Amino acid sequence: MARKLLIEHAAVPGITTYEVYRKHGGYASVEKALKTMSPEEVVEEVKKSGLRGRGGAGFPTGMKWSFLAKPEGVERHLVCNADESEPGTFKDRYLMEKLPHLLIEGMITSSYALGARRSYIYIRGEFMYILRILEKAIAEAYANGMLGKNILGSGYDLDLVVTPGGGAYICGEETALIESLEGKRGNPRMKPPFPAVKGLWGNPTVVNNVESIAAVVPIVNEGGEAYAAIGIERSTGTKLISASGNLVRPGVYEIELGLSVEEFIYGDDYCRGIANGKKLKACVPGGSSVPILPHYLVTKTAAGTDRLMTYESLADGGFASGSMLGSGGFIVFDEDQCIVRNTWNFARFYAHESCGQCSPCREGTGWMEKVLYRLEHGNGTLEDISLLEEINKKIEGNTICPLGDAAAWPVAAAIRHFRDEFEWHVKSPQEAQTRNYGLIQVPLEA
Amino acid sequence: MKADHPQAVNEAPIDFSAATMAEMNRVIGLFPEGKEKSAILSVLHLVQDELGWVSVGAMNRVAQILNIEPIEVYEVATFYTMFHLDPVGKNVLEVCRTGPCQLVGSDDLIAYIEEKLEIKVGQTTKDGLFTLKTVECLGACGYAPMLMCKYQFYERLTKEKVNEMLDAMREASKS
Repeated sequence: MARKLLIEHAAVPGITTYEVYRKHGGYASVEKALKTMSPEEVVEEVKKSGLRGRGGAGFPTGMKWSFLAKPEGVERHLVCNADESEPGTFKDRYLMEKLPHLLIEGMITSSYALGARRSYIYIRGEFMYILRILEKAIAEAYANGMLGKNILGSGYDLDLVVTPGGGAYICGEETALIESLEGKRGNPRMKPPFPAVKGLWGNPTVVNNVESIAAVVPIVNEGGEAYAAIGIERSTGTKLISASGNLVRPGVYEIELGLSVEEFIYGDDYCRGIANGKKLKACVPGGSSVPILPHYLVTKTAAGTDRLMTYESLADGGFASGSMLGSGGFIVFDEDQCIVRNTWNFARFYAHESCGQCSPCREGTGWMEKVLYRLEHGNGTLEDISLLEEINKKIEGNTICPLGDAAAWPVAAAIRHFRDEFEWHVKSPQEAQTRNYGLIQVPLEA
Repeated sequence: MKADHPQAVNEAPIDFSAATMAEMNRVIGLFPEGKEKSAILSVLHLVQDELGWVSVGAMNRVAQILNIEPIEVYEVATFYTMFHLDPVGKNVLEVCRTGPCQLVGSDDLIAYIEEKLEIKVGQTTKDGLFTLKTVECLGACGYAPMLMCKYQFYERLTKEKVNEMLDAMREASKS
């Protein structure tokens, strides 16, 4: 059985309370860091661990931390991005609901490493019930001297606040999140300056995903090298995967990076295969923003090697035949699913969630949604398919934040791999209304 | 939304209950002095918890409470989709319509609720008990299809579960 570094104790009764969490080794990383390590040493361990941002971008966390500006007399902040909104992703919710103290412990240890004395957890507004769980846990941490003044007699002070969003996907983008945390609309900021230099209220700020911050706990407890020993290449440690769609057993799984995709989908310890005895048609392995893979590229790469759950292997083949690990939002489609309908669905999502600041994204996402709607509803033309590709190119790379890219990539990938199915919607619109296309053929060159 | 109306700012600010005001002061106090505006989303959630929606009069009062211009409240309230800017029913059913939910039947779920309540998405039942809305991904994809009502998640929904849920909500509304 694979090692679980994060959610091993998730099922322990009462683990949401300080007392039970402490009994199971909780807050050891705070004790170790504050009593025996300098902040720089904690940063060093995180660097050694090879931990990469678990929110989706996969940027090395230790490196991000080392960019934090430290001007004299200026306050710094750690902000936890708990605005989990990427379709297909629900792991942070699981972690916070089951193990609120793990996130709080990670926040304390990480804030110490960064020299932050006022840290924030920004949680999506729809998770209000989890905000209540976290508030309770934070109060317990204060009552037990883990937060507040002079934590464990170390002289280090930290205040931690959890605050809700209001229902906007874009606030998962770190500069939009900061804007929102300042009480404004979630319009992403131009970079530079990066948040590490000018973030919350103009102060140097690090924004990290819930899972990244939680991972700091085992990294400090066991050492960066021990963490890095798990996994393959630059994909170290464990990762929470949110599995959804047509699976026998969807849910949240903690995997060691390097597990084969085959094992993850079909293995007894994981998803146990496609629901209702159906066949696999496609998979979006890293949240709705990453390219979709057709069945013949899910468990194998184009080169014929086993596809693994790692940043590198899922991206093997680039956008031509690969995808991304992203947030670990693993969405599985059975043979009965309509790719055109799903592509339209995701396009509608991005059109709905565009903040409206940049014209290519504001107009382009809406345009794509309309074109996909008519294709799905039997009113499309073959030119519409090339039109989508054109719009795509005009959005990608032309916006302040990555939402434009996130909207463009899934459409491009769907057309790349499922062009026949799109054309079938144009050529046989009536048939396309009554049944689904089924499995696509493996192209000869694949 | 009436906030774009020229008369909007003239709509008299309304008062909130003492309990709501106390909670507003608590969440505002979580932020450093001078950064009270950071509490605006918390405050708007509290407004909606009390009124069921966010009226212009309520926003004008929020502006006073946070010591900011009314426009700063309008622009925030209109950006974030959780805030209802028109009156809604007692129970707002927000059904997730995004990809992972759609793969396992959210389209059918929405159609079933429409049929049961005899309303379309966006409408409120005549008795004022239910408003049906669709929303984008609520982060419950592995437990789909699902909906949210009053911050509570109803997951892995079937027709039977929807019937039970609606009955329970009707029952609760009687008291």
